[in-house]
Amino acid sequence: MAAKMQGLVDWVDERFPLTSSWKAHLAEYYAPKNFNFWYFFGSLALLVLVNQIVTGIFLTMQYKPDASLNSSGVPVAFASVEYIMRDVPWGWLIRYMHSTGASAFFIVVYLHMFRGLLYGSHRKPRELVWIFGMLIFLCLMAEAFFGYLLPWGQMSFWGAQVIVNMFSAIPFIGPDLSLWLRGDFVVGDATLNRFFAFHVIAIPLVLLGLVVAHVIALHEVGSNNPDGIEIKKHKDNKGIPLDGIPFHPYYTVKDIVGVVVFLIVFSAVIFFMPEGGGYFLESNNFIQANPLQTPPHIAPVWYFTPYYSVLRSITYPLFGLEAKFWGVLGMGAAVVIFFFLPWLDRSPVKSIRYKGPIFKTALGLFVTVFLILGYLGMQPPTPARLMLSQACAVIYFAFFLLMPVYSKLDKCRPEPERVTG
Amino acid sequence: MASEQKVDCGRRRLIVATAAVGGVAGVVTAAPFVASMMPSERAKAAGAPVEVDLSKLALGEMLTVAWRGQPVWVINRTPEMIASLKVTDPLVSDPHSDKLQQPAYCKNETRSIKPEFFVAVGICTHLGCSPSEKFETGAASGVGPNWPGGFLCPCHGSTFDLAGRVYKDKPAPLNLVVPPYMYLSDNKIVIGEDKKGA
Repeated sequence: MAAKMQGLVDWVDERFPLTSSWKAHLAEYYAPKNFNFWYFFGSLALLVLVNQIVTGIFLTMQYKPDASLNSSGVPVAFASVEYIMRDVPWGWLIRYMHSTGASAFFIVVYLHMFRGLLYGSHRKPRELVWIFGMLIFLCLMAEAFFGYLLPWGQMSFWGAQVIVNMFSAIPFIGPDLSLWLRGDFVVGDATLNRFFAFHVIAIPLVLLGLVVAHVIALHEVGSNNPDGIEIKKHKDNKGIPLDGIPFHPYYTVKDIVGVVVFLIVFSAVIFFMPEGGGYFLESNNFIQANPLQTPPHIAPVWYFTPYYSVLRSITYPLFGLEAKFWGVLGMGAAVVIFFFLPWLDRSPVKSIRYKGPIFKTALGLFVTVFLILGYLGMQPPTPARLMLSQACAVIYFAFFLLMPVYSKLDKCRPEPERVTG
Repeated sequence: MASEQKVDCGRRRLIVATAAVGGVAGVVTAAPFVASMMPSERAKAAGAPVEVDLSKLALGEMLTVAWRGQPVWVINRTPEMIASLKVTDPLVSDPHSDKLQQPAYCKNETRSIKPEFFVAVGICTHLGCSPSEKFETGAASGVGPNWPGGFLCPCHGSTFDLAGRVYKDKPAPLNLVVPPYMYLSDNKIVIGEDKKGA
């Protein structure tokens, strides 16, 4: 029997790189032996991606992207989501897995990115790993935005209205660009249908391609580790890194532990607080879209609020262009600036373990400011909150723009030759 | 490379020309797809004019109708409300309605055909939310102690007076749009049509 199996594998190997791929990416992919807690989030992101795709496929079987009103005066799209929640067997579970999965995705990805900041995982030679990762993050934001319109609730409608109108702030082409995005003079059926197309096919295809590129680029250069040193510098006589262990079975087993803990927390949220206290699903979105009335308080979902705060913090015109344009530009810059991190950090060491007090303070300040901006983005604007968000936005950008200076000035400790565990 | 001297320049030029033509074909092929996302003929044809009966609109009250999918407000302004426009003149950024946000026949102090009836598209010129009515004056409005009545946009805090003029130093850059409209009779207007002028 075993011989027959081997015969089959050999037959495939002559026609497809099965065994060699298995070895290159799992059984003989040597990862540093000192991975810690922060290294769970890459595999968890993959798990959530699978969750979103599978639940998404089943949701499309029942959902209807149609903004016209049914015989009871309810938009068909909104009614189809309610139908999934009430009448489809287990529909509520699949829907909540998908909507909670969106927030879980951002939690996991933010922690995954923070790990990069901690240990310098974006630095040479992993710049492309980081850039593919940032492109994945942009796709995620697009997925979240397009997906949020689909239930056709009040927040769906007015959120899309505000975001699409942001494009109209771009000089000259802006108004036509937002008209092109909407496909109508107002957010309507045309907008809903195309957002559905983007959400279920266009962006996911790009996203999957980028995930493959992210992993291939990582496996080409090898994983970083909490010490931020290259394990490939010290190899045994077979060319295997002395501080490396095969990804399978060592890290596959470790990641299973992460998966189990994650699923416990994820299930608890789905079963006991699927709306996440109004943070994962906003209460106004349980009211059908009404193009004639904006809810008294609108705010994006939590994962967009730091950038939204930056948008709101810019309230004055500059160089003859209106504040609206600068706000949109500031918000875009707050996301895009992450792309440049590999070249902004000039420190001789990668990991925070060997970096000096200046970088540690700067990173601590950045995380604090990111959280404050996130909080402010959910609150209605007041003059005091505006001032606070302006101060935070300045610190946010200073963290990046001053990094070439302070990362060089910092007093770092020498890196060890071998990983320290 | 040694073979470089032997490059057949004629063939290379042909390859470049073929690739360029292929590139142009690719771009041209994208055009219908990009164009398909513009508003369709049906979307352009939609937006029939809307008739509004003013006789049911009490003094100081507002009603909202949908025109081209957008909220259009009709307000029956009281004499006090009209007087408040004098107070807001120095507070708004475009007091004389110089920017083209209204038909020529509404470029006046009240931004309307008849002073009492104000018609405007209820969409904030910042990012397109619909401002809330704040007709109460003073602190009771929740906007400010000296509030003379008007509109507050819930999204980014822009304020407008009772002629839809935006206050200075607010995110919204322009006054609210006054749509084309005309009186069919003393008590009836039609929004979206002004063939006879006013």
